[in-house]
Amino acid sequence: MIKSEWFFWLVGAVFLAMAAQMVVDRTNPKRLGTAAFWGLLGLCFFYSTGVNDKSLPSEPLGVAVLALICLGGFNLTGKGKPDTTSESERARLAARFGGKLFIPALTIPLIAMVCAVVADKWKIGGRPLLEEGSETILGLGLGAIVALGVGMWVLRERRASVPLHAGRGLLESMGWALLLPQLLAVLGAIFQAAGVGNQVRKITESVLPDGQKLTAVAVYCVGMAVFTMIMGNAFAAFPVMTAAVGWPVLIEQMNGNPAAVLAVGMLAGFCGTLCTPMAANFNLVPAALLELKDQYGPIKAQAPTAGAMLACNILIIYLFAF
Amino acid sequence: MIVLLGVLVVVLGFATRRNPLLVVGVAGIVTGLLGKLSPVEVLRTFGESFASSRSVTIFAITLPVIGLLERNGLQQQARTLIGKLGTKLTTGRFLTLYLLLRQVTAAVGLQTIGGPAQSVRPMIAPMAEAATERRWGHLSAAAGGGGRPLPEKVREKVRSHSAGTDTVGLFFGEDCFLAIGSILLITGLVNSTYHTHLEPLHLALWAIPSAVCAFFIHGGRLLRLDRTLERELVTANAQMAVEREDALDRSEEGGAAK
Repeated sequence: MIKSEWFFWLVGAVFLAMAAQMVVDRTNPKRLGTAAFWGLLGLCFFYSTGVNDKSLPSEPLGVAVLALICLGGFNLTGKGKPDTTSESERARLAARFGGKLFIPALTIPLIAMVCAVVADKWKIGGRPLLEEGSETILGLGLGAIVALGVGMWVLRERRASVPLHAGRGLLESMGWALLLPQLLAVLGAIFQAAGVGNQVRKITESVLPDGQKLTAVAVYCVGMAVFTMIMGNAFAAFPVMTAAVGWPVLIEQMNGNPAAVLAVGMLAGFCGTLCTPMAANFNLVPAALLELKDQYGPIKAQAPTAGAMLACNILIIYLFAF
Repeated sequence: MIVLLGVLVVVLGFATRRNPLLVVGVAGIVTGLLGKLSPVEVLRTFGESFASSRSVTIFAITLPVIGLLERNGLQQQARTLIGKLGTKLTTGRFLTLYLLLRQVTAAVGLQTIGGPAQSVRPMIAPMAEAATERRWGHLSAAAGGGGRPLPEKVREKVRSHSAGTDTVGLFFGEDCFLAIGSILLITGLVNSTYHTHLEPLHLALWAIPSAVCAFFIHGGRLLRLDRTLERELVTANAQMAVEREDALDRSEEGGAAK
């Protein structure tokens, strides 16, 4: 049986290998901090296996997570100048390979879908081939591995270090932001453990009239959008609004379909992202790149769509999630 | 009630643009302590929830293959593909087509082939502008004043819509891919916090209705944009014609007075 933990070890090993490359990358002014961040993250992926099956204490992992937060939060990570192809070389390579470049990229979702839909019924010696409940995640992992093989074959690339270097370049340019979603999930768990969910549930239940589905859905979606506009980030709004309304009211009290409520709720948050200057990378950076006089031009172009989509998302949850 | 201060820390931290990692760390510690967890219990919660939410970060496994494809010209190939689409279309139709392409590619995990720096500035905005300029060229040539640059207001509007279309297409396409950050955040958060089991695939499927709505809503607006632009171009053209006549009149008067 292929276990999801193996896959987490693979991700951890990739982080460690990239960290080893970072240590010797003299073009990165913060190479040691960067290597420490990704190396520690890689180790955490291995150590977590022990925490999950209770064979190792979880406190050291908590300390390591705080160390990761400090390394990223106090700007101790940076990026080097990756040894890659120039714009003109890329144009030449694109002309040479043409549409074949899309084949490896499309392999990932294809295999992930196959694993999630078909392979969860495959068995070897009476036991399922893929660990139960992890088919999608394992599918993504297998998809990425197969795609890498296909890619190296299609592009006639023999050196395994090339994709590793190229991936590290992307990793360094995303930086610690890559870890933010996981840390927001951690924050959500802490909120729950500290009883934030219960407090907010009491408030919302006293404010929301009983059984008013449409009102409750609207509060969840508009809340997601407004919180996202204030914070500039739907990922940060999500744990708060889900603890407040999404989970206790819409899912537990009104028996909503969790997948529908939460997936569409997140999209309601994206409607907020479209309208806020706080989401600078999506709204202000394009205005600067396009040399617009009005830096709110993109927001003005997006706002009517965002408003209509918010209404759509409310209706989708109201009509189909219950 | 006092634990709600933790939520306030998050809101204030993000709203004042502190480093998000620090906001999360501080909010976690503050909330835990206010919720009467001991410092050791706070550490334990950090550790346990990190261990059970690792699935959120695993999309990193796709970076080597994406990096390999990008260094071999994936983005350039995507640009060539778009370039073939847009030579004879109006601004609105071209942008609608790009919206569809952006949504579909994002939905199969190719979020990085578009974006303000990758595609909008080098590709989408110039092509959308060129389509408007073609129309403007016809109009002003008919009025006897060909070769003038686009009115500033119109140019700004076309560029803004180019950027907006890219963002809308990305936002309402990417969630149909099961290994995107937001989908994995939902499953990671819910599975570790509420002890249930959600599959990323189900969430991704539930993003499809909104994606379809977004295509029709934003696409409809883009097609209407053609009409708005036409009206603004005609007005600007008429205004310029009037100004030109005024200028002619004035120079004639000047000639008479001499």
